[in-house]
Amino acid sequence: MTRQMSGAQMVVQALKDQGVDTVFGYPGGAMLPIYDEIFRQSDIRHILVRHEQGATHAAEGYARSTGKPGVVLVTSGPGATNAVTGLTDALMDSIPLIVLSGQVPTFMIGTDAFQEADTVGITRPCTKHNWLIKDTDKLAETIHFAFHVATSGRPGPVLIDIPKDVQFATGRYTPPKKVPRSHYQPQVKGDIDAITALVAAIEKAKKPVFYTGGGVINSGHGASQLLRELVAGTDFPITSTLMGLGAYPASGKNWLGMLGMHGTYEANLAMHDCDLMINVGARFDDRITGRLEDFSPKSKKAHIDIDASSINKVVHVEIPILGDVAHVLEDVLKIWKSRGRKTNTEALRGWWQQIDKWRAVNCLGFHNSDSVIKPQHAIQRLEALTRGMDRYVTTEVGQHQMWAAQFMGFEDPNRWMTSGGLGTMGYGLPASIGVQVAHPQSLVINVAGDASFLMNMQELGTAAQYDLPVKQFIMNNERLGMVRQWQQLLHGERYSHSWSEALPDFVKLADAFGGKGILCEHPDDLDDAINAMLAHDGPVILDCRVEKHENCFPMIPSGKPHNEMLLGDATTEGAIDTGGAVLV
Amino acid sequence: MSALVLKKGASRRSAYDLKNPLSDTIETHTLAVLVDNEAGVLARVIGLFSGRGYNIESLTVAEVDHLGHLSRITIVTTGTPQVIEQIKAQLARIVPVHDVHDLTVEGASVERELAMLKVAGTGEKRVEAMRLAGIFRAAVVDTTLESFVFEITGTPEKIDAFVDLMRPLGLSEIARTGVAAMSRGT
Repeated sequence: MTRQMSGAQMVVQALKDQGVDTVFGYPGGAMLPIYDEIFRQSDIRHILVRHEQGATHAAEGYARSTGKPGVVLVTSGPGATNAVTGLTDALMDSIPLIVLSGQVPTFMIGTDAFQEADTVGITRPCTKHNWLIKDTDKLAETIHFAFHVATSGRPGPVLIDIPKDVQFATGRYTPPKKVPRSHYQPQVKGDIDAITALVAAIEKAKKPVFYTGGGVINSGHGASQLLRELVAGTDFPITSTLMGLGAYPASGKNWLGMLGMHGTYEANLAMHDCDLMINVGARFDDRITGRLEDFSPKSKKAHIDIDASSINKVVHVEIPILGDVAHVLEDVLKIWKSRGRKTNTEALRGWWQQIDKWRAVNCLGFHNSDSVIKPQHAIQRLEALTRGMDRYVTTEVGQHQMWAAQFMGFEDPNRWMTSGGLGTMGYGLPASIGVQVAHPQSLVINVAGDASFLMNMQELGTAAQYDLPVKQFIMNNERLGMVRQWQQLLHGERYSHSWSEALPDFVKLADAFGGKGILCEHPDDLDDAINAMLAHDGPVILDCRVEKHENCFPMIPSGKPHNEMLLGDATTEGAIDTGGAVLV
Repeated sequence: MSALVLKKGASRRSAYDLKNPLSDTIETHTLAVLVDNEAGVLARVIGLFSGRGYNIESLTVAEVDHLGHLSRITIVTTGTPQVIEQIKAQLARIVPVHDVHDLTVEGASVERELAMLKVAGTGEKRVEAMRLAGIFRAAVVDTTLESFVFEITGTPEKIDAFVDLMRPLGLSEIARTGVAAMSRGT
């Protein structure tokens, strides 16, 4: 069944056929035909953002919290270039996005026309794949293929650039089922020999650790369930990257907390001292490994990843397993059970005793105060007052992000949205909007810093327009806290441009955008302020004034191995040598 | 231990099985990459090399299957075994890439390059250039009373040798195609 329709109609029809219910976007000259079709239908809800970067982050939040791809509409030129940060963010964190951009008509391409940019050229390195459509007959087929590319294998963002004359022209609509099967079919089943080798290693391991990442979340709820079953069955300790929080519940008894630069003492030392490291859907990022030469020197390493280029990229592994986490874990469990569910229980008991000693260090401890709100305390109270609620948390980027990761507990996957790989300040507010659109009845909190929040604060307008009751929990230290911390540790306390001299009055800002503003300056008022934030049915900014010069610990300084962590009470002077200073 | 199994890309007989993966020896590998002949595909491949800091020693591309819209890109690159493996994996995950073959590790292969050399001169030098061209089986594709254009086909090393010999004899211009390569046997 092929039908004739305009390119613009095809876009809307293809989105409907792909089951899209929500798009985030911003119209412009080169997108007018498509926006005309959006106007004439009611199946797809369009959320008008205030800046195209906001659209991409909102779509990321929508995608990460639902497991479905996020869809974005932007116009040509500045519309597309504004989407570049979000595309790069989604590429780094493996978030499926489909961005449809308008383009000047085909006969004007290359003439430096008004709002013309080489969008496919600009976005080629920051998408999984992109297309410029020159023939309306190819449009629908390409959109369907784009959904396949974005969501299969390692997910990621794709972009389709659609010239305006292609939107107006009439062509043949290709429904999803008629799209020819592509050669692009990433492998999901792992090699059974390699999986058997992993099981054999599991049976013998004396000091094992699971090191899990965002790949578990991307593999779907089934992957998290299988992971939990495997952890419970083997009684191995488990840690996770920033991107993987929630795959294993924070309340689980085998949970060591997050690992990495600001991870827990027990997680990082377990990684350093283990004899078997089982990497499940993580990528040995430099925030995780610290100094590579000293990274977990005594361990045999297994790596389950759907992206072959992630395996052996920076860390050599003995047991590489290419495949989807859920498929591989299913086979691991099957084979491990069939061989009698064996582990080295005697050795494991000793390993847990060692881990308990590390836990006793209480690495997340901090000196609380009666007079000033400590940021860690603020997060602890936020956690305590919202635990057990139907809750989603987004963050901006910086100290507050790390504190949120350390002090908030995630019991389920898809509940935690943060910019990990790219570290995009300004991610959290639009992401919280995308999450709230997908989950209108749920509590959505953006844990923010004052500096990050300002980077996309225009999206408060979006929250107000669509009555999205997102809670903006700003830990306001009037500083670029993480930059300031590094300047203190690395640059002789020369605080070059790391403070904000003219911050807005966030209460008035909320008011100006039609939301509610709450100021909290004293620890005694903190619970009341958080409860007032939760009670208000509408967008809220809680301006929480926190200790200005608090540092985020534990910390593995740049260029140091896992077993040279700085703890909260440690002297930080000279902790990072000049070799470490060149690293990021 | 079984090798990493790739659906497309490097074969099981990868450099990892043959050599120390952590070796820092710089190796030269010839890769044959079969791609959809679509707009921007070459830019994707080149962008991958420049974006991730890999080397390209030689690169050739042309359509090889008109009906199937397939092009073959032959890339000669250098790097440690780990970098070479990474290049192959990165190439293989580009959506329009069908296959990546490492001709250097997948058994014997043949490599050929075509070059054209303009050599200007008269008298003894002109005679000597012609004589050497005969030894190298270079064909004369254009001639004037004061110049030749030679066409030579062979391995890059053979062409290098011919170029070196022509230099003192009046070499004024060189055009090289880059390497085309293919595995031996079926």
